[in-house]
Amino acid sequence: MHNSKKKIEITDLAVRYGTMEALKGISFDVYENEILGIIGPAQSGKTTLLKTINRTIEFEPTAHVSGSVKIDGLDVQRIKNVNQLRRRIGMVFPLPVGLPMSIYDNVAFAPRTAGIRKRSELDELVERCLQQAALWDEVKDRLNSLGTKLSGGQQQRLTIARALSHQPEILCLDEFSIAVDPVTTMRIEDILKELRSEITILLVTNLVQQARRLADRTAFIFESKLIEIGDNDVIFSNTPASRLTYDYVNGTFG
Amino acid sequence: MATDINPAPTSPKIVSPELMFTATKHSRKRQLTENVARGVFFAMTLLMILPLILIVVYLFVKAAPILSLEFFFSNPAKGMRAGGIWAPLLGTIYIVIISLLVSAPIGVLAAVYLNEYARESWFTRIINLAVVNLAGVPSIVHALFGVGAFVYFARMGRSVLAASLTLAIMTLPVIIASTKEALGAVPMAFREACWNTGATRWQTIRGIVLPNSISGILTGVILQVSRAAGETAPIMFTGAVFFKAISEGDVFAYGLLDRFMALSMHLYQLSTQVPGVPEALEYGTAVVLLGAVLMVNALAIVLRVYLRSRQRW
Repeated sequence: MHNSKKKIEITDLAVRYGTMEALKGISFDVYENEILGIIGPAQSGKTTLLKTINRTIEFEPTAHVSGSVKIDGLDVQRIKNVNQLRRRIGMVFPLPVGLPMSIYDNVAFAPRTAGIRKRSELDELVERCLQQAALWDEVKDRLNSLGTKLSGGQQQRLTIARALSHQPEILCLDEFSIAVDPVTTMRIEDILKELRSEITILLVTNLVQQARRLADRTAFIFESKLIEIGDNDVIFSNTPASRLTYDYVNGTFG
Repeated sequence: MATDINPAPTSPKIVSPELMFTATKHSRKRQLTENVARGVFFAMTLLMILPLILIVVYLFVKAAPILSLEFFFSNPAKGMRAGGIWAPLLGTIYIVIISLLVSAPIGVLAAVYLNEYARESWFTRIINLAVVNLAGVPSIVHALFGVGAFVYFARMGRSVLAASLTLAIMTLPVIIASTKEALGAVPMAFREACWNTGATRWQTIRGIVLPNSISGILTGVILQVSRAAGETAPIMFTGAVFFKAISEGDVFAYGLLDRFMALSMHLYQLSTQVPGVPEALEYGTAVVLLGAVLMVNALAIVLRVYLRSRQRW
């Protein structure tokens, strides 16, 4: 179980793209070493939330952010070395992007940009990350073949391996299981449970059951607002604080 | 409903296989239209390559008597009515290489900045607009600029250097545009994946963007070789001369501040300014110019195929 140290503190976070409001002032904390599930329908601002945490929101020219995101008490907007910040956060997005290079290089890319050059060190890191992403057994004999030639599900696991390769303290998964078969999804879920002892995980998911299985706590975001956040016992019980949550979780929405 | 239409496969009526494949009025008409369309497109394609083939064959036949190693390695002689093309050939090689040594690095690096670093702003919009418009400026205008800027203001005089720089100015916007296009063809998702791992802009460019756009970038640059080699106007005012004897076979025969001969200009002079030039001499010069350009273009294609085969998506 998670401890009570706050890893991420989000305060009054609002984001708009031009005039379109993607997040309307949400506040919550993420504790160290917990898995926080984030559920909510499409277009409710979940992906925007993740992008604000590692500041890749800055690549959206029309985005405007207010409020604050603090990691270990440090406001991410004030962090000078944004690349250092991004290295502390692993990101996995719904559509797998295998970089057009070998499987090995895909995983070794981030460590290399961080300055690791020693072959033995890289070898070890690549193997560990691929193991953690449940991909090692399938690709260990063809590490030099192209990452882009893997199947969709394998590429997604490659993306997870890449996200782990810079040894992040926080792992953000945005609907990672969309392109992955159920068996592999289970294997990755098992791995996430193990990883929890080392890192903090934000799990954005469309599968309510996945949040129920994996998360310690779950946040429900709806129409750009945080409706409710709480322990899974509460969110998935018959009496969450909000009627909306109950309806969404139980599929009786609308 | 017309009786000669084939029933749809989903029709509940049972159709015998023979009837399904029997030609009907409609299907015959459709087939005819298809054949006519294909024929017209094919004819236009033939029409397009025919002149090209004719030109090449015609030039080679006319030039055949004079094409020899000696033709390449001797200066024009007897008031252009004899001899070879050594001086203009070397001059063209000089200005093409020097102009690209200047314009390729500047153009490619500027394009990388514009495409990978610069944010959308009024400043970059103006630069992009300027690039597009400069690419469309006629070469004679570049020539006048070259005279003003390099020949007189920079006091280079009419020289290899002044002409090369004028050609560099002329090719620069096109190189920027083609490089930007090549860079833009690399999917944004690749860059985002790199940034998400904490890679800097440069690490992303070096690791992903350049390896996957280098074939397009080089093709764009090399195609400017043929443009620089073929232009007459910009060099006419900035350094190319009617005649200049240089030591035959010496590849360092021109100095940077020397006046020079060039193939394009030489061809123009032979065909319009000098009476009594043997026909083969004119056609020989044209063949060399054409051959050089075609060779460079072929090199571009080979390079593109080679680099493309190493590209990973």
